[in-house]
Amino acid sequence: MSNTQGTTPTAQKAPGADIKSTRAKIADFISDNGALVGLLVLCVAMFIATPDFLTPNNLLNVGIQASVVAILAFGQTFVIVTAGIDLSVGSVAALSAMVAAFTGQSWGMPPLVALLFGLLTGLGAGMLSGAATAYGKLPPFIATLAMLSIARGLTLVVSNGIPIPTPSVVTWLGGSVGPIPMPVVVLVVMGAIGWFILNRLSIGRAMYAVGGNLEAARLSGIPVKRVLVTVYALSGIFAAVAGLVLSGRLASAQPQAATGYELDALAAVVIGGASLAGGVGRISGTLIGALVLAVIRNGLNLLNVSAFWQQVIIGLVIAVAVGIDVLRRKRA
Amino acid sequence: MSDQPILILDHVTKRFGPITVVDDVTVNVHKGKIQVLLGENGAGKSTLINMVAGVHEPSSGQIIVDGAPTRIPDTKASEALGIATIHQELQLVSSLSIAENILMGRLPQRFGLVDKGEMYRLATEALTTVGLHVDPRMPAGALGIARQQLVEIAKALSLKARLLILDEPTASLTKHEIEHLFGVISQLRSEGVGMVFISHHLDEIAAIGDSVTVIRDGKFVAEVPATTPEPDLVRLMVGRSIDEQFPRRATPPQQPLLRVQGLTRKGSFTDVSFEVRAGEVLGIAGLVGAGRTEVVRAIAGADPYDTGTVTVEGKPLPKGRIAAAIAAGVGLVPEDRKAFGLVLGASVEDNLGYATLMSSARYGLVDRRGQAERASAVAKRLAVRMRSLGQRVGALSGGNQQKVVLGRWISAGSRVLILDEPTRGVDVGAKVEIYQLMNEITAAGGAVVMVSSELPEVLGMSDRILVMSDGRVAGVLAAADADQRTVMSLAVKEVESDRV
Repeated sequence: MSNTQGTTPTAQKAPGADIKSTRAKIADFISDNGALVGLLVLCVAMFIATPDFLTPNNLLNVGIQASVVAILAFGQTFVIVTAGIDLSVGSVAALSAMVAAFTGQSWGMPPLVALLFGLLTGLGAGMLSGAATAYGKLPPFIATLAMLSIARGLTLVVSNGIPIPTPSVVTWLGGSVGPIPMPVVVLVVMGAIGWFILNRLSIGRAMYAVGGNLEAARLSGIPVKRVLVTVYALSGIFAAVAGLVLSGRLASAQPQAATGYELDALAAVVIGGASLAGGVGRISGTLIGALVLAVIRNGLNLLNVSAFWQQVIIGLVIAVAVGIDVLRRKRA
Repeated sequence: MSDQPILILDHVTKRFGPITVVDDVTVNVHKGKIQVLLGENGAGKSTLINMVAGVHEPSSGQIIVDGAPTRIPDTKASEALGIATIHQELQLVSSLSIAENILMGRLPQRFGLVDKGEMYRLATEALTTVGLHVDPRMPAGALGIARQQLVEIAKALSLKARLLILDEPTASLTKHEIEHLFGVISQLRSEGVGMVFISHHLDEIAAIGDSVTVIRDGKFVAEVPATTPEPDLVRLMVGRSIDEQFPRRATPPQQPLLRVQGLTRKGSFTDVSFEVRAGEVLGIAGLVGAGRTEVVRAIAGADPYDTGTVTVEGKPLPKGRIAAAIAAGVGLVPEDRKAFGLVLGASVEDNLGYATLMSSARYGLVDRRGQAERASAVAKRLAVRMRSLGQRVGALSGGNQQKVVLGRWISAGSRVLILDEPTRGVDVGAKVEIYQLMNEITAAGGAVVMVSSELPEVLGMSDRILVMSDGRVAGVLAAADADQRTVMSLAVKEVESDRV
């Protein structure tokens, strides 16, 4: 259908283009910033429904609620940009937090060293998934599905199924400094790091090339395998940070922490405008996606909507957000 | 036997957008006769048969079946008319049994279940008609290509096909398999089945054909008896004049830049050796499947090879290392720019910069200034027509897309450019611009290796022409001594001598 119509869009612009272009511009803005527009509409709707929504306290609450999923989703963004998927982030978050708690508690490591162990755990798990994908030729879905199970299993092995108190520095990450909640600070820092990697590092730009057309990237001399290992390693580190924040908030590492969070992280990335087909995705979009999810949960809580219905509504939001995205791509 | 043809393609034309692929071609197919379609790659043969197979409908002209003008909107309609097409890429489902493949969509049933006994009986019957004695319960994928082809023919016959279209059926068969296939075809001819036979191999035409329709550039050239001598067929197939579309300005060749020695990869190419000097354009000609693309990809490090060496300016390149080849100054413009050359969703600037993205980075940071400057300089030099450097490369025309792929290597400072079908799907204006660029590269002391299936282009732009056939170097001609016939006969003759 598109082969014979290739020239028509430009040709159509000639007559009566003025009315059309204004409307088209608005449509363009909405579809280009669909997630942001959606988030603003949601906030206004929540404010109208319940004025409690727009209090500083509640907004900080939204930030805290968004933080863990957002950090996971930042890591996931690298992977999605390369046309991959990381299903293991929830489990890796739990394992990393557990390792930090375990090394601090049982091995008596200093808190900062324990934290480092946690981060290295995430890095290692991510590198393994990346190597399995890049060198072992496993599809990312399978490699990270395996890691999901392995990491969760190891979490249970390490903890023996029992929560472990977190080292002091991790607990501090879950607390607040003055009025500012630390999870929100970590969220901002990790977002900035993610943005910097994707936009300023050559390997970040290479991620877009690999996701857009792996073979073209390879033939241009881009080290595709290194890029792939890197994105999963980053996803692992970001998952570790998310896991540390989550355990810090609870002051203990839970064996079943962050179960199912990989799907929230995926939803945030996709709502943020990234394409599972690869080559597209922004940290800012992912942040908005995570905030959309958090605002919906928060608002529905304030409105006393049951948790069961919340799931239904979040599902609809994902479908609508991605539907808009698909329509936009068709037009482009 | 009545003289009314089973099928007439009556002055058919097929356009895709502004491009006319088949232009006013007439073909008659008679009962019990084998009509050969002869033409170069891209001459429009496949589009012609696709019109009969129900894949495309003609833009003008008509298809006449048994004397009545007929529309063939889809493959079902084609089947219903008793037309069966054996495509080059076989259509069998390799995991299903031979019987299920033959009877697909019409499995015999009893009490709502598949009647296996009947299914195998029918399949065996069909297989006998093509002289194939295999167990119909075997998965189709367990058969070799030749036997899979026979299964497809058996399937066509069991559908009561009266007109069989064979698209290069011998392309991947051995001599012995071809003999068997020809035996089956001759048998079918004597039973009154009409056939359209597409082949590159001139020797096969006399062996099996009755009459030959020659097409060139989508146009009807001639219809001649199959007994026409081969040199005449070659001339009809390729004989067009080389006009001034090829502005090659030869520069005196200097020191060797690229040297390839004994390059071999099992099953792809054997003992390929050549040398390209600074200032020189080496054309690589040959039929599709002769191994040209495989060789140049191996040189560029895109694929591995078994033995042999590649040296650039005297320094050997490591096997299968693209980055090393790029660092040594080799740039590959691959044959399918959409699949292998471009990130269509990314900007012109990004696409121009991929080859220098990693190498120009400092401390891992993108050299944003340098990348932007290089991109805008190259886009200007190549006159890439675009709205801005930020425009999606997928929105550009084919010619401008190709310039972006080329520009990537200009930007990276490559001195050995390997161009695989550089002007395929490129409009005439951009073609000439690409040729001019080749002149500039060689004038500046670079070397160009150009793989092309367009003979006029090879003859018009190369200083020397290397002809490949069946994975080997069939010969190297100086451009002055080469013409379409000498190149074509090298490309085709070698295959004959191997096969017959």
